[in-house]
Amino acid sequence: MNIHEYQAKALLKGFGAPVAEGVAIFNAGEAEAAAKKLPGPLYVVKSQIHAGGRGKGKFKELPADAKGGVRLARSIDEVVAFTKEMLGNTLVTKQTGPAGKQVNRLYIEDGADIARELYLSILVDRTVGRVAFVVSTEGGMDIEQVAHDTPEKIVTVAIDPEAGVTAADVAALNAALELTGEAASDGEKLFPTLYKAFVEKDMSLLEVNPLIVMTDGRLRVLDAKVSFDNNSLFRHADILELRDTTEEDEKEIEASKYDLAYVALDGDIGCMVNGAGLAMATMDIIKLYGAEPANFLDVGGGASKEKVTAAFKIITADPAVKGILVNIFGGIMRCDVIAEGVVAAVKEVGLKVPLVVRLEGTNVELGKKIIDESGLNVISADDLDDAAKKIVAAVKGN
Amino acid sequence: MSILIDKNTKVLVQGLTGKTGTFHTEQALAYHGTRMVGGINPKKGGETWEGSKGETLPIFASVAEGREKTGADASVVYVPPAGAAAAIIEAIEAEIPLIVCITEGIPVMDMVKVKARLEKSKSRLIGPNCPGIVTPDECKIGIMPGNIFRKGSVGVVSRSGTLTYEAVFQTTNAGLGQTTAVGIGGDPVKGTEFIDVLEMFLADDATKSIIMIGEIGGSAEEDAAQFLIDEAKRGRSKPMAGFIAGRTAPPGRTMGHAGAVISGGKGGAEDKIAAMEAAGIRVSPSPARLGTTLVEAIKG
Repeated sequence: MNIHEYQAKALLKGFGAPVAEGVAIFNAGEAEAAAKKLPGPLYVVKSQIHAGGRGKGKFKELPADAKGGVRLARSIDEVVAFTKEMLGNTLVTKQTGPAGKQVNRLYIEDGADIARELYLSILVDRTVGRVAFVVSTEGGMDIEQVAHDTPEKIVTVAIDPEAGVTAADVAALNAALELTGEAASDGEKLFPTLYKAFVEKDMSLLEVNPLIVMTDGRLRVLDAKVSFDNNSLFRHADILELRDTTEEDEKEIEASKYDLAYVALDGDIGCMVNGAGLAMATMDIIKLYGAEPANFLDVGGGASKEKVTAAFKIITADPAVKGILVNIFGGIMRCDVIAEGVVAAVKEVGLKVPLVVRLEGTNVELGKKIIDESGLNVISADDLDDAAKKIVAAVKGN
Repeated sequence: MSILIDKNTKVLVQGLTGKTGTFHTEQALAYHGTRMVGGINPKKGGETWEGSKGETLPIFASVAEGREKTGADASVVYVPPAGAAAAIIEAIEAEIPLIVCITEGIPVMDMVKVKARLEKSKSRLIGPNCPGIVTPDECKIGIMPGNIFRKGSVGVVSRSGTLTYEAVFQTTNAGLGQTTAVGIGGDPVKGTEFIDVLEMFLADDATKSIIMIGEIGGSAEEDAAQFLIDEAKRGRSKPMAGFIAGRTAPPGRTMGHAGAVISGGKGGAEDKIAAMEAAGIRVSPSPARLGTTLVEAIKG
């Protein structure tokens, strides 16, 4: 789960990290009052969407030479004028795709005098199974580009979960970021603070790009991007409240209610599969036979009949879907449960497109029997290859 | 021969009394008499578990008690996500040699803690979020469907549960059968990686060929490929087929498994396939041709 920058900053501030003063607004009428709460005379007006590249992004509705999604204002009047231009319009960045994202929230923040821009992120380094800091002196730019062009400028420091951030870790991070004097003593406090926030809140990514050294020599978190581990949300009711569903795909929201792993894609063959690997492989084989999957959908291990029915409804509600492939290799998942769910869903919502079902594994005979005896117009397949060929042929009208 | 488990392996069940634990324990008992020796439930110690066909197993209050009274070599964890890490740590503390965690959805930070404990222990963890291990006709730990296996010569190792079944099913249909199939799980932080299992398969005389199934995310497949290249230089190699799931997955989106995500330009399928091919693995473009690809690899 992702949250907005202003939410991330409020969260980090709560742990004691140095962030600028700022106010989030939801409509243009709030802009002046918000700016007046800040010291001035420099303000930053920042679009709040769940995508990066906002500064270089362009608003669809504005002329091509208009300013981007993050703007520096030198007066309260300018803050108000920018707010009117930005709020409600659609920001297109390299991460949003061509459709862009509507800006429904702005964050107005106190400006800072920047001396140096640095990069800092925390993530779980899976090669060592530990939380790790990734830092670079090359802040404020695309870190993937830095990793590609000058990998030696990126330093990784993995943290022992039993020791936490040690003095040696702090020294290594300060050295990597070339921090000295007051900035280094700020670092001494900041690194353990960010680590604590990451671990206590079960984050999957905490990215500060840039972390800045101000002209007064102090450190400040200038931008913050935070994602959480979905597996841990059950123990963070406060984080769940920060979820902004307007940033998510409607079908994905519906799927998440039933604990289904669903990702919307651009093709026309809807897929319902058990297991993430097999679900990806099913997408791959559809493509191999010349068609495109409409979605990734893993019904998971212990799916109930209700869950399968919900999954089927989500797939059929997508107008792009011209055919459906159900591919189940039952282990935990019993084929009879899948079959019952499919039959119940088809009876409830009808079936307007071809449906190919391939069942294998636990209780396969029972599952096949349920499908056969349902009287539904289902094309059954013997194996994965057969299933993929049949659904592609059916969709292409062969 | 086989790896990790055989007909003598004695298995405890953590989470036996739940619905999933009960169903799959019945299946394991029915599978060539896998030696399930008891279940763990702190509130029901001393009671007896009963399956739907009248099977019975003793319930112990702790893993330590279960190990002491049964001499168990292995434990399988079906405990729900919130308590699964604690269950694994309890098994580590009881010095269970082999712990297999089936549970899906354990918080990553919990696994970071488990991993630190594991490194200082004598236990091996398989999983979490994995289908388990099967040595055909001898022992079944976990949730894999037993009817697709056949005793034979292929070692199967996979990050994906259901794709493990595909590999097993297809090698059975190809007449090769399996020595052991190991699902290592789809989470980013896990107990056992490809390299550990490949090392065991290379050392096992009965394993004549290997199927390795990876997916997008991380660099475990690349690391495994490098390991195989190094071992081949030492004269150890076996015919291998492989597959990488997620060729068509879009970057930045987590594809079901917490570990399956292409991020920061890393973890894409094409790099993994190239690394595996460089290590001499025949990588099948289709998940439906794992068996036939392996047959080709064996013919050379």
